Amino acid sequence: MSERQPPAGSRLPGPKEAAGTAGPPPGARRLRPRLGGGAAWGIAAGLFLLAEAILAVGAPLFTGASPLTGDLEQRLLAPGTAGYLLGTDQLGRDVLARLLYGARVSLLVGVVAVVIAGGFGVCVGLITGYRGGWLDRVVSRLVDVQLSFPFMALALSIAAVLGASLTGIVVTLAISSWVLYARLVRGESLAMRQQEFVEAAHALGAPSWRILVRHVLPNVIGPAIALASLEAGRLIVAESSLSFLGYGIQPPIPAWGNMLAEGKDYMAKAWWLTVLPGLAVSLTCLSTTILGDWLTEVFDPRRRR
Amino acid sequence: MVRYLASRLALTLLTVFLALSFMFGVLHLAGDPVLLLVPVDSSAEHIERMRVQWGFADPLWVQYGRFVWRACHGDFGTSLKYNLPALSLVLERLPATALLTSVSILFAVVVGLPLGVLAAIREGRLADRLATVGSVLGQSIPSFWLGLLLILAFSVTLGLVPTGGMGTPAQLLLPGVTLGLYSLGRVTKLTRASVLEVLRADYIRTARAKGARETTVLFRHVLKNAANPIVTIIGLQMSGLIGGAIVVETIFAWPGLGRLIVQSIQFRDFPTALAAVFFTAVTVSLINLFVDLLYGLLNPRIVHE
Repeated sequence: MSERQPPAGSRLPGPKEAAGTAGPPPGARRLRPRLGGGAAWGIAAGLFLLAEAILAVGAPLFTGASPLTGDLEQRLLAPGTAGYLLGTDQLGRDVLARLLYGARVSLLVGVVAVVIAGGFGVCVGLITGYRGGWLDRVVSRLVDVQLSFPFMALALSIAAVLGASLTGIVVTLAISSWVLYARLVRGESLAMRQQEFVEAAHALGAPSWRILVRHVLPNVIGPAIALASLEAGRLIVAESSLSFLGYGIQPPIPAWGNMLAEGKDYMAKAWWLTVLPGLAVSLTCLSTTILGDWLTEVFDPRRRR
Repeated sequence: MVRYLASRLALTLLTVFLALSFMFGVLHLAGDPVLLLVPVDSSAEHIERMRVQWGFADPLWVQYGRFVWRACHGDFGTSLKYNLPALSLVLERLPATALLTSVSILFAVVVGLPLGVLAAIREGRLADRLATVGSVLGQSIPSFWLGLLLILAFSVTLGLVPTGGMGTPAQLLLPGVTLGLYSLGRVTKLTRASVLEVLRADYIRTARAKGARETTVLFRHVLKNAANPIVTIIGLQMSGLIGGAIVVETIFAWPGLGRLIVQSIQFRDFPTALAAVFFTAVTVSLINLFVDLLYGLLNPRIVHE
């Protein structure tokens, strides 16, 4: 029962799906992954994210303007106006400053949620895959159940009841995401159990936790890291969607989602309030996706062998 | 097969049951329902009497049992805003969401399938590159931003389509495309991967060696064998679309289930919100069940114990 992979196995954006894209036939010369040079794209995406993180953390160094207070006489100035590189919003606040400080929120939420979800999911997947038995069956069913629950509806009901807060968002996102890691790592961990070196360690009398940490974990962590990159983008988009709907980060704290929500009322007069925050979300998600796709190929077990 | 069917059905029921329990938990975390129902200036005595009358004074497990019992009979309580049965409100909105998601999935399949096949046949060439880049872009652009951009371009700037609402086919176009673009990316990517994998199979080489025409090979052998994962991803996209509709319907003022969820949460109309969320979860589980069964039918090689 537990060995049978349900047909819904391809539900997660796991390595299986992406690996099929590359998978050169054995002995093939074509090692370059897709998207032209996969490595170049992947590294470029990683560098972009790094630059974004530096800009977000060091926001005060790059802009002197405040993201919270604006000059009401300088409302809705177009990008390029002297002193305002990316223009101002409906309250005369500097859009560049708000984008940079907004990046802090988005990246923080994305990273923290991914770390919580990934850490928990990987642990659960490792243990249930390695031990099997009733625990594995119960957890696998729970994972199936949760995957068929529409995330946005779940997040909205939690946000509605607990009220919108940074912690609430992070917890909601982590809850929605951990099952993917559990499912991925469980499969890998299950396969590891039959490997000779794991059996050897077991025969030598190594305790289970030691086998898991020293022998199984290093072999399954790669695909999990690739998934983390893909998930970071998805969660950042989810956070901005929630903030956009008014159940995420609340104004006046700048977040890309609530900037879009406020800016859309001035769409006819100030296109940049609609275009720029969305561009930030899209580029971030695009980068994590490209990076994740590339990492998936790098860590694909089929290629390692 | 019968056993498999039974276990899948049991899993669906479990999902529905857990969704119902989750709703109950949310309702209780939301605070004393009586306070939401009585006039603000009611006396403590009156509130207490109402509490007994409506059964909120009973032990929690009695209330839980009653909630489940009523829900099984289609009674989710009365909308606090419209003073109508919550279920009828939900059912009223259902056709609009069904229409929108159908158009989106149709768009994703009609465009994504040929695009993916084309990319696979022309692997490594310009068409493939374009399709691959397009599919990554499609998956990275958040739907709420895409929706706003389309409104900005076609409604605000060009004045071709009204910004929202439901009625003319043109009004269906923008939300349909917005909702479908992510799925389009996924369908293209997966179709390409599946077709590529089949193209490398021995029986395709055999078919060509026998002198079969390229179109025969493609339609008779390749597509038939590549269909499985494609059908799965289409089914999964459908359940994803229902969740995604929450955001898109809000942007385009589309009178569907998703907008009802957002509005009723805004007005703290919990019975309606929960009935709508519950209905969404049930629909998604049923689609998943259907997809799993279809998968088994399409692929006789999968033997269900």
